[in-house]
Amino acid sequence: MNEGTQEKLKILADAAKYDVSCASSGSKRKNKGGLGNSDGMGICHSYTEDGRCVSLLKILLTNHCIFDCAYCVSRKSNDIKRAAFTVKEVVDLTINFYRRNYIEGLFLSSGIFKNADYTMERLVRIAKELRTIHKFNGYIHLKAIPGASDELIREAGMYADRLSVNMELPSEPSLKKLAPEKNYQEIYKPMSSLRHAIIEHKEEKKKSRKAPLFAPAGQSTQMIIGATPEHDLHILSLADSLYKQQQLRRVYYSGYVPVLSDSRLPSISHPPLLRENRLYQADWLLRFYGFTVNELVDEANPDLPFDVDPKLGYALRYRHLFPVDINRAEKEMLLRIPGVGVKSVRLILQSRRFGKVTYDHLRKMGLALNRAKYFISCPGNPFSVMGEHTENRLKRMILSDTTSRLHKSSQLNLFASPALT
Amino acid sequence: MISYIYDGSFEGFLTLVFEAYERKAYPETIMIKGKVQPLLFGEPVEVFTDESKSSRVWRGLIKKVSHGNARKLYRAFLSEQSGVEMLLFRLISDVFDRNNTKLDDFRQAEILELHRLDKMIGREVHRMHAFVRFRKSKDGLYFALIEPDFNVIPLIGSHFKKRYTDQPWLILDIRRNYGIHYDLKEMKEVRIIERSRGLRELYHSTPEGIEESDDGYQELWRTYFNSVNIPERKNLKLHLQHVPVRYWKYLPEKHNTSK
Ligand code: SF4
Repeated sequence: MNEGTQEKLKILADAAKYDVSCASSGSKRKNKGGLGNSDGMGICHSYTEDGRCVSLLKILLTNHCIFDCAYCVSRKSNDIKRAAFTVKEVVDLTINFYRRNYIEGLFLSSGIFKNADYTMERLVRIAKELRTIHKFNGYIHLKAIPGASDELIREAGMYADRLSVNMELPSEPSLKKLAPEKNYQEIYKPMSSLRHAIIEHKEEKKKSRKAPLFAPAGQSTQMIIGATPEHDLHILSLADSLYKQQQLRRVYYSGYVPVLSDSRLPSISHPPLLRENRLYQADWLLRFYGFTVNELVDEANPDLPFDVDPKLGYALRYRHLFPVDINRAEKEMLLRIPGVGVKSVRLILQSRRFGKVTYDHLRKMGLALNRAKYFISCPGNPFSVMGEHTENRLKRMILSDTTSRLHKSSQLNLFASPALT
Repeated sequence: MISYIYDGSFEGFLTLVFEAYERKAYPETIMIKGKVQPLLFGEPVEVFTDESKSSRVWRGLIKKVSHGNARKLYRAFLSEQSGVEMLLFRLISDVFDRNNTKLDDFRQAEILELHRLDKMIGREVHRMHAFVRFRKSKDGLYFALIEPDFNVIPLIGSHFKKRYTDQPWLILDIRRNYGIHYDLKEMKEVRIIERSRGLRELYHSTPEGIEESDDGYQELWRTYFNSVNIPERKNLKLHLQHVPVRYWKYLPEKHNTSK
């Protein structure tokens, strides 16, 4: 490796870092004598100083771009150093990082040079070389470039584990304003095409185990939060439809980092990290806890509260559904208790087959009782008196109990699986 | 009730269970040879590891509890926590004597403790999957040093074997002086007998043993790591929570040796 590669890596990793997706999970690719193996569990090999998971070699093939999106450091009108990797450089870096156990695989994105097809073709070529020549079974995430031909997009799916087309912004008017060359139609087109291909391949796989893999980790997308005026209600509804209609596996929310000044962009000094965190928590509740968007935000409260996490916010507003009987309630309802996560619910369900679970048992199991105690009934719990409290009073009681911890957790768990209980 | 001494291995511990039953004398304390504490009364009984005895106990256990729960007992053993042998002995005798085979009534303190140890071990295994960093030696061997909190070498080999089938590798736990070596065919346990050359220095420096070009990749990795940081989002607390300082020693990205 020469100095040139070093310099390119600096520029092209730096330019790729604002894409926050980092997952390397959800794909099973068995090693048959080559290099690498994916067993479906992602691994974070390191963490940046801002606490984000480093799982993949996340780079741009190039930061040359013919577009001029206002929020993007690589935009045409921005005066920065430009660089481009060769196919061989990307392949060598991926293989050699992987062999040393630095990474789970490659996340390759790119600025658009010449045109969409020309760019996409190179991304596909790199993935193809890794899979066919180097027998690489690690994780590959490719960016699907909007506007690229359907054939290329589908070819990408033959080699990649995951593909993503970024929504960029949570509404089309916002996109029009900040990225005039883009539109939702060009974003939805490759997304839908991939969705069809993924479903087709799944069917084939059911018939024959030998059928080839096609983007086994599905699709993801990301949108920038805080650069445009949309409410959380709008953002979460959009995410919900992307999960349900487009069958995306993940939606990422990227708090806007003010790196450029532009009259179309808000002038903020810090990225909206707390809001971003609340959106991840809400997103988590939608995907794994069976919540609906309207239970978390609605017309009257279109934004997630800052002072409490979305689950506590829900419980405070839906007080009539509580207290939940620890020894009798269905799993779905146990999951809705603030301070009780999926793992605790499993412990409760398994244990109560043997007899009554008491307050003391819960304490020993490590539940966050300072929050949960107001919302549960079980032998030995002196706290479930919530009927007597108003929403605000109850909130104050809980916050004064847990202020320091809540503050900590809202600052800390910014990424991936927001520790949500 | 008597005190037992064994060699610290899992087979040794299972042999101890066998002998305690044979003698009809449950242990009061269990100690590892070489770490024996003086007893107030009597002499401890030394147990000699016996493959046939230990496998009889293991087979008996697997017949009674699920495979997953038997494995939980083994994993908890590897935590090396003081008192873990007594905890396991009580749980195992509960299985054999009272047919209490459901190890998932977490209302019981000891079952909850087993669960806690299992989680702890699981986290360390996961960390090793993440934090092992290979260097490539001149003769093509990828080698890594680790100092895990618990004895996880027996639990991490299969992951690396599946992943790196086409490269020979060696992972050494230099706190416990042993490791695993994969030679493109099979995985074997290896012991560090003589530490004539400081392994740690070997790993960190660039002696002739290590190929020049390997440093190229370490340096590239550092460059990469530093370039993906977003200063506006800096959150050192979170960083340290994910990568506790004690693991930094073998993470090249945490050593800024850039020339
Ligand atoms: S097309 Fe992509 S790389 Fe180019 S300016 Fe827009 S966001 Fe940036």
